[in-house]
Amino acid sequence: MKKLSKIYTALIIFFMYMPIVVLILFSFNDGKTMVWKGFTLNWYTDLFKDSQIINSLWNTLMIAFLASLFATALGTMAAIGINNFKGKKRIFLQNASNIEILSPDIVTGVSLMLMFTLAGVAFNFKMGFLTVLLAHITFCTPYVVLNVLPRIRHMDYSVYEAALDLGCNQWQAFRKVVIHELMPGMFSGFLMSFTFSMDDFVITYFTRGASFQTLSIQIYTMTHQRISPKINALSALMFVVVLVLMVIINIKDRKLEKQNVQKAL
Amino acid sequence: MKLKRPSIPYIFWMVIFTLIPIVLILYSSFTDRNGNFSFEAFSKAFGYYDVFLRSLWIAFISTLICLILAYPLGYIMSRQKASVQNTLTMVIMIPMWMNFLLRIYAWVTLLQNDGPIDIMLSLLGIHTTLIGNQGAVILGMVYEYLPFMVLPLYTVMAKIDKGLIEAADDLGSNKYIIFKKIIFPLSIPGIISGITMVFVPSASTFLVAQYLGGVDDIMIGDVIDRIFWSDQNTGSAIALILMVAILVFLIILNFFGDEEAVAT
Repeated sequence: MKKLSKIYTALIIFFMYMPIVVLILFSFNDGKTMVWKGFTLNWYTDLFKDSQIINSLWNTLMIAFLASLFATALGTMAAIGINNFKGKKRIFLQNASNIEILSPDIVTGVSLMLMFTLAGVAFNFKMGFLTVLLAHITFCTPYVVLNVLPRIRHMDYSVYEAALDLGCNQWQAFRKVVIHELMPGMFSGFLMSFTFSMDDFVITYFTRGASFQTLSIQIYTMTHQRISPKINALSALMFVVVLVLMVIINIKDRKLEKQNVQKAL
Repeated sequence: MKLKRPSIPYIFWMVIFTLIPIVLILYSSFTDRNGNFSFEAFSKAFGYYDVFLRSLWIAFISTLICLILAYPLGYIMSRQKASVQNTLTMVIMIPMWMNFLLRIYAWVTLLQNDGPIDIMLSLLGIHTTLIGNQGAVILGMVYEYLPFMVLPLYTVMAKIDKGLIEAADDLGSNKYIIFKKIIFPLSIPGIISGITMVFVPSASTFLVAQYLGGVDDIMIGDVIDRIFWSDQNTGSAIALILMVAILVFLIILNFFGDEEAVAT
């Protein structure tokens, strides 16, 4: 890298990481202000004693897992079906699916809230876990479709036919050939859904009803009440988890790449 | 295998969870509290035209700054070895995976009075309020959405055939001409998706302005949030106008994209 490029890249990285680093640093500060008063782990122990936060974390993970699982199934099926439409119908369906991605979160949020409120009156239920889950499936599925469609398009149907000729029944051929081929697309769709669901605040905020809490909502309430170093501790933990996950995925990817290269040779 | 049936559940899902909610927004915009047809919600919504304009302005400036900052970085990244490219992509993506509220909150703590930056500046003899103004809101937006601009630019520029650049170089083009005739035209799809990915969320975001801006800096998303709980009709009308404005913006942007693609 040339010197100027290096300096530029370093500056941008500094800009992106400096706030996070400061936040993490002050999660160890023995004081409530931004003046350094000595090292402590109290905010971390406080965090784990806070049953509300633990409960929200559990809710967030549950919603993210269920929503991405359901979205992956729904989206993969949809992609297989959409791929078999021709011409304008297919373009229409793809665009319809993209509406959810392009429309602003706040519009998705309030429009779903309107519907859930009306449906709640009609069928006598209150917004909560279920409505948040439905909303998350709704905004995650288009990403799965987006990830799976290109893989179907490049799939070789003759392999499926060959499997049938070699004595697989339809379900076996589907599972062993089609699902196997689509797996990478399904997996990245699942991962994307999981992270978007975990990170979502706006849509959850409008569809959660009165009492259902996720981590984002919890953070929102905490930042609104009073600035507490507990949030710093929480951010630090979340950052470390993300960092470790990303590094693991990256190393795994590279190993796979190497294996593939070796196989190809 | 050539079946269309597997897409039926999703088509139903889209009708129930995308189409019906949008129809409800439309219905609610054109009615009053008692469900009678009325333009009242719209006339109230237009009372917020200054907030609308400010949101579009803040989104525009933030998108522009993101583009200016991200373009060189995307280019630098695309010129590296594959392993360095992967690492840099990861480095750019990691902050994106942190909770959006926490990232904004980080800036609140940094910029607040008696915060680290304020203390440093006052040591240098500069006394100023860093938080609670439009500049802070724009800073927050740029911080929030910069990766969304870097990644598409990088992806597109990494795909540019190096042979093209070498050929131009062999044929006597200088760096400026190579940039003008090859790199820039081929990076336009990246610019367009980057602009889309930054402009749409920053025009419609809420909370960033509440956290970093002053009382006069609230954006249209904050207004929807404030109004919707008490007056769904006006809230719907504002949401509808926002959606239409963004749709028009996207159509214009894509039109530009097609033009450029034809021209080159």
